[in-house]
Amino acid sequence: MQKEYDVIVVGGGPAGTMAARFAAEQGATVLLFEKDRDIGYPVRCGEAVSKVGIEEFIEPDEKFISSTINKFAMIAPNGTEVVLPSNQIVYILERRIFDYELAKQAANLGVDIITRAYVNGLIIEDGKVSGVKYEYKGEQHKLHCKVVIAADGVESRVGRWAGIKTHIDFREMESCVQITVANIDVNPNTIYFYFGKEVAPEGYFWVFPKSNKSANIGLGVSGEIGKKKSAQKFLSSFMEKKYPNAPILTQIAGGVPSSITLKKISAPGIIIVGDAARQVNPLSGGGIVSGMIGGKIGGTIVGEAIVKNDLNHILTYDKAWRDRLGKRHEIFDRIKNGIYSFSDEKFNSIAEVFSKIPIKKRTLGNLFKTALINKPSLLIDIAKVFVVK
Amino acid sequence: MLLIEILPNKCDFCGCCVGICPEDAIELKEAEIKIDETLCTNCSKCVWVCPIEVLKFNNPKKTG
Repeated sequence: MQKEYDVIVVGGGPAGTMAARFAAEQGATVLLFEKDRDIGYPVRCGEAVSKVGIEEFIEPDEKFISSTINKFAMIAPNGTEVVLPSNQIVYILERRIFDYELAKQAANLGVDIITRAYVNGLIIEDGKVSGVKYEYKGEQHKLHCKVVIAADGVESRVGRWAGIKTHIDFREMESCVQITVANIDVNPNTIYFYFGKEVAPEGYFWVFPKSNKSANIGLGVSGEIGKKKSAQKFLSSFMEKKYPNAPILTQIAGGVPSSITLKKISAPGIIIVGDAARQVNPLSGGGIVSGMIGGKIGGTIVGEAIVKNDLNHILTYDKAWRDRLGKRHEIFDRIKNGIYSFSDEKFNSIAEVFSKIPIKKRTLGNLFKTALINKPSLLIDIAKVFVVK
Repeated sequence: MLLIEILPNKCDFCGCCVGICPEDAIELKEAEIKIDETLCTNCSKCVWVCPIEVLKFNNPKKTG
């Protein structure tokens, strides 16, 4: 460990390690702090990513790929199942191995990494973030740097200490539980999404197969729903019905910030990336690839700022993110809100229309189009979903 | 007065509650969580988002 670094990254998830990697690639000296004892553990995630998505960062490798998906199945509240061939390959990862590989990429570029180091404050001088306060092995320390990258996840506080509003409305937090179960019969190439009031209102229920008769099974519901019934209770009732007595290998709770990106993700001496910046796709709840993209954009800009000795350059990160994904997430958020308002009957009728289309013609776009032609009343819903307020 | 209680040994340290706390009143370490009673306004949002019912609002009227 050096006495001083150009960049300190707080958090060793995919967004943090990518930010560290790309800042180092530009030539900055980088230190990464992870509060937990391990990089990549505990896993708080369904672990699904698209092949194209991760290929921007890492060569797909079977050591961190648990299963390869080529079909989606959507199950309506009345049990109608619609299977869609996926237009792209999806992987269910082994996050604990995947995250390690990402951290190694950063480390190989000279990034220093320390685990079990808990950042609990910022050093702010002349209105600018200029370092962190942290606890390590029971002792309190301080370390200066030119830029802090906050990649501290859903529970982000680092940005707040710099005066940025990072907390989101409780209704936008998807409250999630997931178990990894073994010895169940599940198609290893299909991911299943269940919708409806009974299984996961204002969210969805997922079954993501992993290798060898195993699967990640979980759900997310909005805070508004959690107020009345917890995610845990939804999971228990589903498991009792569907897979009673399935051996449970892991159980985890987690939160998915299911909102648009924060209004502000940079300030003098600091940028925010990943879940902490609320860079999750609000429709799918997927945050691995979008977080890595946030980390890449942010890390690159910070690295450039260091090398050019122009720290104001980090403030261009907001726009760069918005142009790459932020704007698109705003559209996804409107679609999500449209879907949240669907009744069970609406899901059932959509599934019924979809299921009449021959499987070869089932693309998402085609299905929407056909659904509209066959059932003009859906136009109102689609309009609700797509129309900009 | 702090009316929110964290039920011992139940927390999974996922951070849902921290992400929505409007007051920045919750501190989460690797396997340690606490509420700062000088900041907490007992708004209960943390109770609502907790996926596994770790947080509880103790109504002072009911408990006397």
